[in-house]
Amino acid sequence: MANIGWDEFEIGAMLRTFNGAIEDITGTLQEDRNYSPNSSFTASVADWRIEKPVFNKDYCIDCQFCWVYCPDISIVSRDKKMIGVDMDHCKGCGICVEVCPTNPKSLLMFPEKADEETEIANWPAKEDKEK
Amino acid sequence: MSEMKKIKNLKEFSTSADRFEGANLLCPGCAHSIIVREVLNATNDDLILSASTGCLEVCTAVYPYTSWDASWIHIGFENGSTAVAGAEAMYNALKRKGRLKQPDRNPKFVSFAGDGASYDIGFQWISGCMERGHNIMHIVLDNEVYANTGGQRSSSTPIGSSATTAPAGRVSYGEKKNKKDMVAIMASHNIPYSAQVAPNKWKDMVKKIQHGMAVEGPVFINAVSPCTTEWKFDPKDTMMLTDLATDSLVFPLYEIIDGCELNITYRPKNVLPVEEYLAAQGRFKHLFKDEYKHLIGEWQKRIDANWEYLNRREEARV
Ligand SMILES: Cc1ncc(C[n+]2csc(CCOP(=O)(O)OP(=O)(O)O)c2C)c(N)n1
Ligand code: SF4
Ligand code: SF4
Ligand code: SF4
Ligand SMILES: [Mg+2]
Repeated sequence: MANIGWDEFEIGAMLRTFNGAIEDITGTLQEDRNYSPNSSFTASVADWRIEKPVFNKDYCIDCQFCWVYCPDISIVSRDKKMIGVDMDHCKGCGICVEVCPTNPKSLLMFPEKADEETEIANWPAKEDKEK
Repeated sequence: MSEMKKIKNLKEFSTSADRFEGANLLCPGCAHSIIVREVLNATNDDLILSASTGCLEVCTAVYPYTSWDASWIHIGFENGSTAVAGAEAMYNALKRKGRLKQPDRNPKFVSFAGDGASYDIGFQWISGCMERGHNIMHIVLDNEVYANTGGQRSSSTPIGSSATTAPAGRVSYGEKKNKKDMVAIMASHNIPYSAQVAPNKWKDMVKKIQHGMAVEGPVFINAVSPCTTEWKFDPKDTMMLTDLATDSLVFPLYEIIDGCELNITYRPKNVLPVEEYLAAQGRFKHLFKDEYKHLIGEWQKRIDANWEYLNRREEARV
């Protein structure tokens, strides 16, 4: 083998998350980022779900519990308001529904095939607090 | 030094632009990513990250994808800590020589690793980093088992937990040894900051991460990470499990400053019986059989004693 220096070895693999550089990443929201095809943001795990969360904004108090505890960065909050679920990245775990404090809940799980508008129209009523 | 990100409340926190992405391959309901998000979102500074082999690494770097929007490196199982320590040393050398293009940026060096990678296999590497005084933070995603290879016991696995290499059955109640006290061991290196955190207490987490990033020198963080697959509970219950962990004092939240000054940072209003924590997980199911029931009482005694110990240390400021 030729006598080569440490900095001439081939590196394992390097992936670039973005096309080009982003100077201020924490000041750039996902919709404004130019993701490269190597970012998992461009992939989908929607087919993992058996059930999906449906969001009913009528009851939401924007507490952001769902945002902070969603493991899959799938609760979209902008300007301190919860605005919806990212269905490409949601795995249907149901954590957001469990942590939602409103009565009735502002997020509920339904079968993947359920129609969102129908479910929102038939949203359960307020539950009596006695458990 | 760069300015600390201001996070007064959860609404403010929710304006963070995540640097960790979805469509990673962690199980639905995995707490690893909840912890990672809270850590990364605690700062606006540049990040230089590593992950040791384990669920987090394997599931967020599946070629040709990466789930990281920051410099991130993986080498092996044992050396995630030394990977960022090396980067930190190089950064300091370049800074000294005036060769940094943007010397005013203040990057943070963070190593993520599982309990297997930290308590066992990367132990001497981490100890070396702490002893040499690198300006890095090592964070353990503590799910008390080698989750990524199918649930072998580690030295973080607690007594009575059923693991594939310490299975419960007719002749055994599972793991026989108690969990290693890693926070105390790391604090004994006289590092400026070590702490235990939990993702349900996001504010306590953010405060500790920010404190750890602000101090000069090595920082050790142990984060409880309930694992739906190995602890055997429903993915929707990850946060409920974390609440049980902190409120039963099985995972008390505290910090140790300069290796000695211990502060308890969370005191549950209603302390829950340890039994409730155990009963919520399949890995402890056999403890509720007649022949092993006595272990639940022993668990409670051990947790009570540990709480008493932490309180005494806090009081004595040692
Ligand atoms: C030196 C070495 N030994 C063993 C393995 C196999 N291995 C890969 S991941 C893993 C388990 C990781 O457990 P832990 O560090 O607790 O992380 P977790 O997956 O639980 O998050 C093991 C044993 C390896 N990759 N390298
Ligand atoms: S179901 Fe799980 S992954 Fe989907 S939005 Fe809710 S918390 Fe996130
Ligand atoms: S947890 Fe419920 S109330 Fe709170 S922001 Fe989410 S949907 Fe709205
Ligand atoms: S096995 Fe456990 S730690 Fe690993 S991805 Fe699944 S839930 Fe997370
Ligand atoms: Mg583990």
